[in-house]
Amino acid sequence: MSTDLTSVLVGFARTLRNAGVQATGERVEAMVAAVAALDVTRPEDAYWAGRLTLCGEPDDLPVYDAAFAAYFGGRAPARPPASVPARRRGAALFAQDDPDGGAAGSRDDDLAVAASPAEVLRRRDLAVLSAAERDEVRRLVALLAPATAARPSRRHRPAGAGAVDPPRTVRRMLRHLGEPARLARRERRDKPRRLVLLLDVSGSMAPYADSLLRFAHAAVRRRPARTEAFTLGTRLTRVTRALRHRDPDGALRAAGEAIPDWHGGTRLADSLKAFLDRWGQRGTARGAVVVLFSDGWERGDPALLAAQMARLSRLAHRVVWVNPHRGKPGYEPLVAGMAAALPYLDDFVAGHSLAALEDLVGVISRS
Amino acid sequence: MIPATPAALADALAGVGYLADDGLATAGHLAIKLGRPLFLEGDAGVGKTAFAQALASATGAHFVRLQCYEGLDAAQALYDWDFPRQILHLRTVEAAAAAAGDKPDTAALEASLYDRRFLIARPLLQALELSPCVLLVDEIDRADDEFEAFLLEILADAAITIPELGRIAAPTPPLTVLTSNRTREVHDALKRRCLYHWVEHPSFAQEVAIIRSRLPEVTERLAADVAGAVQRMRQLDLIKAPGVAEALDWTSALAALGARELDPDLAAATLGAVLKYREDGERVKAAAPWLA
Repeated sequence: MSTDLTSVLVGFARTLRNAGVQATGERVEAMVAAVAALDVTRPEDAYWAGRLTLCGEPDDLPVYDAAFAAYFGGRAPARPPASVPARRRGAALFAQDDPDGGAAGSRDDDLAVAASPAEVLRRRDLAVLSAAERDEVRRLVALLAPATAARPSRRHRPAGAGAVDPPRTVRRMLRHLGEPARLARRERRDKPRRLVLLLDVSGSMAPYADSLLRFAHAAVRRRPARTEAFTLGTRLTRVTRALRHRDPDGALRAAGEAIPDWHGGTRLADSLKAFLDRWGQRGTARGAVVVLFSDGWERGDPALLAAQMARLSRLAHRVVWVNPHRGKPGYEPLVAGMAAALPYLDDFVAGHSLAALEDLVGVISRS
Repeated sequence: MIPATPAALADALAGVGYLADDGLATAGHLAIKLGRPLFLEGDAGVGKTAFAQALASATGAHFVRLQCYEGLDAAQALYDWDFPRQILHLRTVEAAAAAAGDKPDTAALEASLYDRRFLIARPLLQALELSPCVLLVDEIDRADDEFEAFLLEILADAAITIPELGRIAAPTPPLTVLTSNRTREVHDALKRRCLYHWVEHPSFAQEVAIIRSRLPEVTERLAADVAGAVQRMRQLDLIKAPGVAEALDWTSALAALGARELDPDLAAATLGAVLKYREDGERVKAAAPWLA
């Protein structure tokens, strides 16, 4: 292959990487090999060679199509409209404004925290912290380690008592040249349930968004392979990958870039439906502990939310709703969305302060 | 008889009853040519599994399927020793020796226990021993993530080492097709080694052609009616949009009732063949005057 063509392909891969597709070195090599194998004469061949090798998930496809059209002058072959929703990473990013800038102003008194005992801080509403208190709470939230309870898995492990383990028993007999030996026994190995966190990042939840995302980060860091985190607002965004960052601030920055609808409106039913269609029903929510952080403000029809909550409760092992307003004295779940969701919840908890988040860790580990 | 171009592969697949579009044919061709595994994703029922089977028949290769599930381990995926037969063998040799009145040679006896004939080949080992072969690793996302690392190792070497027997290598590496329903994210290390293809629902014309080729006994009118109805259902935002598999089921159900075209009564009576949720059935009935 000519060096010209190779450099064109490498340049294309770079464009694609900048647009957010993980077109790494190994993939680029595969594309060069694929183009060579196809003996490219038609633009369609180049299109498929690149798409098959550079993309890795359905979200990559719309980005790839756009990049291909831009780079090679709109020669992508027509194909049926993708059933895959458009990727958000390329969408206009909202600047992540300080989530509690407004509320904190009146209490911005650094001396207050020095005087306030840890217990007071633990019970203080996360929406009204001073800057110093916020730093302390952030540090403490990062120390939480939410983890789900275990359930028996299909795999076994040797045990002193339990059902007879035929392969091991027979292997023991073989070692004694076929003479019956002591019976080997086994028991089921335990496996933690999947934990799914759904965070409402709409405007009405803004004072809590930072703390809750940090809580999600702590959960993802605790069990990276068995925890999933999504944000709900006007749309659904998966932030698991962003939250896998070791450092909480880096993780939050990455998540902030991934979320296009910070502090926007709420379309809970729609984004919950998007979650169930794209992830939940396929298995992410099955048998999982699903924790929904939201105040239940729903712009749409509450009946639609109730229908989606019913679907969720049929899939999940337990559904926990965390509503920061619940911790306030005299709270009644009167908001239409909240009232519609109530019948489908296993637990309804507060999560408005550090102490409430600690309780939530308990609820998650019990379920 | 490996087809030389994507178009030739598409023809060969059509010859065994699988109509592949441009993208899928190119994906299959590149997988063969570059020797890379093919990673297929797409909605349930779009023909991912059928593609692997068709690829095997079209290229004249053996077909081995490994269905993944939670808790799948090496003994179920790779190989296992047949312990009961080993013991039986042991006892037989002992009994024969006792009858002849001499002592069995322990070392030779033990060596004879770990013979190839006492090894049960599970799908991955079968795929290495049968050559050429198409290996389908179905629903890889259901297996635990430890299994992925293990699979990656075998795919990379196209060989395994059994401590008692030695190394078993495939003369030609199996052509591997992996499918996933995205219930969890498959590790990047595995995906990077694969060609990735998202399988779409077929277009109207393609779907008619698929129904006609799989069910040659139905009328062209019925095939077109069903394909049209299924295409419209996919626009309706259902909990489970029907795939090609459901379209075929529905057509056979209608044909079994003697239908020559899709009429509203028969459609309503057989809707259970294509829609599997009560809510979906109601939504289709409400939204579709052509069914009511």
